[in-house]
Amino acid sequence: MSNEAVLHAPAGAGLHHEAHGDHHHEHHHETFISKYVFSMDHKMIAKQFLITGMVWAVLGGLMSVLFRLQLGYPEASFPWLEDILGKWAEGGKITPDAYYALVTTHGTVLVFFVLTAGLSGTFANFLIPLQIGARDMASPFMNMLSYWFFFAASIVMLSSMFVEFGPFSGGWTAYPPLSALASASPGSGTGMDLWLIAMALFVVSSLLGGLNYIATILNMRTKGMSMTRLPLTIWALFFTAVLGVLSFPVLFSGFILLIFDRNFGTSFYLSDIFINGVGALPNEGGSAILYQHLFWFLGHPEVYIILLPAMGMASEILSVNSRKPIFGYMAMIGSLFAIAILAFLVWAHHMFVTGLNPFLGSVFVLLTLLIAVPSAIKVFNWLTTLWRGNIRFTPGMMFSIGFVSLFISGGLTGIWLGNSALDIHLHDTYFVIAHFHIVMGVASMFGMFAGIYHWFPKMYGRYMNNTLSYLHFWITLAGAYMIFWPMHYQGLAGMPRRYYDYSVWESFKQFAELNRFISTVAMIVFAAQLLFLFNFFYSIFKGRKVTTQNPYGSNTLEWTAPINPGHGNWVGEIPEVHRWAYDYGKDGQEFISQTTPVGADESSH
Amino acid sequence: MTALLITAVSLLIFVVIFQISKASEYVAILKGEEHSRKQNNKINGFLMVVFLVLGLIGVWYCNEVLYDKTLLPQGSASVEGERVDSMLWLTLAVTGFVFIGTQIVLFWFAYKYQESDNRKVVFFAHSNKLEAIWTVIPAIALTVLVVIGLRNWFLFTGEPPKEAMVVEITGKQFGWIYRYPGKDGAFGKKYYKNIDNASNSLGLIWDDQLAHDDLVMEQTMYLVKGRPVKLIIGSRDVIHDVGLPHFRMKMDAVPGIPTTMWFTPKYTTKEMKEKTGNPDFQFEISCDQMCGNGHYSMKGIIEVVDQAEFDAKMAGQSPYYYTAFPDKDPANAKKDTVKLVAKPVELASKVTAKL
Repeated sequence: MSNEAVLHAPAGAGLHHEAHGDHHHEHHHETFISKYVFSMDHKMIAKQFLITGMVWAVLGGLMSVLFRLQLGYPEASFPWLEDILGKWAEGGKITPDAYYALVTTHGTVLVFFVLTAGLSGTFANFLIPLQIGARDMASPFMNMLSYWFFFAASIVMLSSMFVEFGPFSGGWTAYPPLSALASASPGSGTGMDLWLIAMALFVVSSLLGGLNYIATILNMRTKGMSMTRLPLTIWALFFTAVLGVLSFPVLFSGFILLIFDRNFGTSFYLSDIFINGVGALPNEGGSAILYQHLFWFLGHPEVYIILLPAMGMASEILSVNSRKPIFGYMAMIGSLFAIAILAFLVWAHHMFVTGLNPFLGSVFVLLTLLIAVPSAIKVFNWLTTLWRGNIRFTPGMMFSIGFVSLFISGGLTGIWLGNSALDIHLHDTYFVIAHFHIVMGVASMFGMFAGIYHWFPKMYGRYMNNTLSYLHFWITLAGAYMIFWPMHYQGLAGMPRRYYDYSVWESFKQFAELNRFISTVAMIVFAAQLLFLFNFFYSIFKGRKVTTQNPYGSNTLEWTAPINPGHGNWVGEIPEVHRWAYDYGKDGQEFISQTTPVGADESSH
Repeated sequence: MTALLITAVSLLIFVVIFQISKASEYVAILKGEEHSRKQNNKINGFLMVVFLVLGLIGVWYCNEVLYDKTLLPQGSASVEGERVDSMLWLTLAVTGFVFIGTQIVLFWFAYKYQESDNRKVVFFAHSNKLEAIWTVIPAIALTVLVVIGLRNWFLFTGEPPKEAMVVEITGKQFGWIYRYPGKDGAFGKKYYKNIDNASNSLGLIWDDQLAHDDLVMEQTMYLVKGRPVKLIIGSRDVIHDVGLPHFRMKMDAVPGIPTTMWFTPKYTTKEMKEKTGNPDFQFEISCDQMCGNGHYSMKGIIEVVDQAEFDAKMAGQSPYYYTAFPDKDPANAKKDTVKLVAKPVELASKVTAKL
């Protein structure tokens, strides 16, 4: 079956999920622009999200290498830094202004552009239609807009790095008054304006995407694909989209008020402020804490927006490569649902030491620690999925195992930080950095790598190089632990985050050697990611070709589509679904595709 | 030159790795892909156990090297902070047990159940009993942690004992200002529009009599060993945070919204110097909330002394009122008479009365 034979459903109108077989057997002559740039094919949009996300991941990662240089080698000077950063690294030493700009942009970019857009943008787009049996998204046009809003946000964010006083430098959470007053921090001037515009565009992109994902999952499942037959990837992506749609508007409202405070003289967040060199500001009666409530009302669900897709993909990949059904399918959905609900009820655990009412704080302690229960269910279910399986260590599988390991390590420290009386000591120290980088940053990144390795053959019809993948996995897993594990100890010494230099602090300077170690490992791990990038782009063009339709012996629908599916995904009718996605090792059969009708003599699950 | 060399070497390493990887792919095809896939599977399965063992050794080694650099060996320097530490140990015991257990199971299962031609997988899709077990046990463990945590939390955030002294601490970019209520034991009112860096850094309202004996300092905050202290925390510009790692306490300083925190210092600074064996030891106040480009340099010092020393320190301080109005300072008016202790207040009140 050649690619040319693949049918192209007319964009927007050609979604015949109900009327199977009602196809236009014709060829679209797509231009370069309509195929690769303003594409409405969900698979191409997914790749656009992925590659844009990769560009940001490289930039964001490079930023972390630069500021780790400062932390690891505070005394040294690197003349080449001045060559690339100019006045931001005079004499080869990164200035505090540049350091804070790097830290802030690293956080913003990694959280939003890489792990939100890059992760759910890629896999929601790629997997939803393919795994539910639809020819495309509910609205391919909106889907395209979603990408291009993200692209616009990227351009604005990128441009903020080139303005006179530099990009925003007040931390990715952008707490006012610091973020509201250019006189308090040079980065809060034009840099912050651009940051807000970029984020506003990003919210639009995220909403357009999220609404589309929800509509598609609810309305466009193929015949027989009931909600309880969906693969867990789709459930996870569904809850992710719901979280995004309900919480991003709140963030947006917080930004609108901030824009008003910055530009139109309102006092939503400002009160009783005297700035050196400027004097007392006229604003009175605002509450700086209000912003934090609005921000974290998105900010916490955002953590799960990042984490859930990784959980979903890990569940699917662990099951496929253990050749065993995922253990506790309904419990997995139930725990995803519980996490999604609780995600909205825990935001103030980021604010225990803001002077929050202690009683309110105690409610948030209770709800926060409650999240550990569904998380524990998920972990034990993954472990049981491995138990007595027949495990194939594909690169995707290894990254999924790595994901589980990291999720455990980082999740457990959440029990420390969610308990307010302990948080008093650990809040805003390196302990927090270690916690969220492991559980949210690296773990989700592992989920993303798992997804890329696992579905690469479906995306490009070729395989990635296995040796490079294994190297990438082991270096990254060991490196991630070596970077973030010791940070717990720094946190236990009370070492605050976001410090440019610790050498003048009697309480924290004992970690100079450790900081150097961490920075060195960070550089090596960053270099290992270049291996991955090279592997990825090289394999798109030169990788071994996929020769079988279903290389993993997988049950889900994407493997019933042609090796290189065209726009419309399936030739002829959309397959009908007769069973759930996890009949692996049932009745002595290695796998039973979802499209196989239930036999009369089959044992029920 | 070295930069060039490093780049060249790294590039070379990349090329070598790539060539080897490419070659291994060709070899795999020659040998039969299925055969080499199985071989790789064995290697990676083995590496899973290697990683587990090396990882656990690494965790132990990390603790050996770093434990002494944390604050845990020296214990909390405040009475209340001891509760933080004991809670920390309990939480560590619970999470540490789960961590070791689940990581061992994860990597051991990965190794043990690696692909083998002889194994028949078990179709094991769910078990209500198992799922109930691992819902209920974490729930119980967490309830215990929550109950202990909240009891401590309400103690920390509750009212301090009556005998507590009160000190006000105000953050600004990038330093701290401390205010003591003076002899009358009460703070004068302040208003931020009165702030003037030269003579009124907190914006005290001089019409308020209570402000006249307030002491304002910028370098060091003095506290008394064994006496609870309540800090009233504020900020002049952006959000800061009073971080006191040795006392295990922390609270944000928010412009326009005063916050509080209290604790009881257990050791004097001198005692801590002996205890830690570090002659340079100091209780440092670290700003823990990103407050601008000088955030990392926003340091304050707390010196814990005994009551007698504290009284002497306070007696040596001149009320801030005299900084604002040097001509009202009796020390300036009559330079030869030093022992004017009670008069300034009277004098000052007369002045304001006239105003």
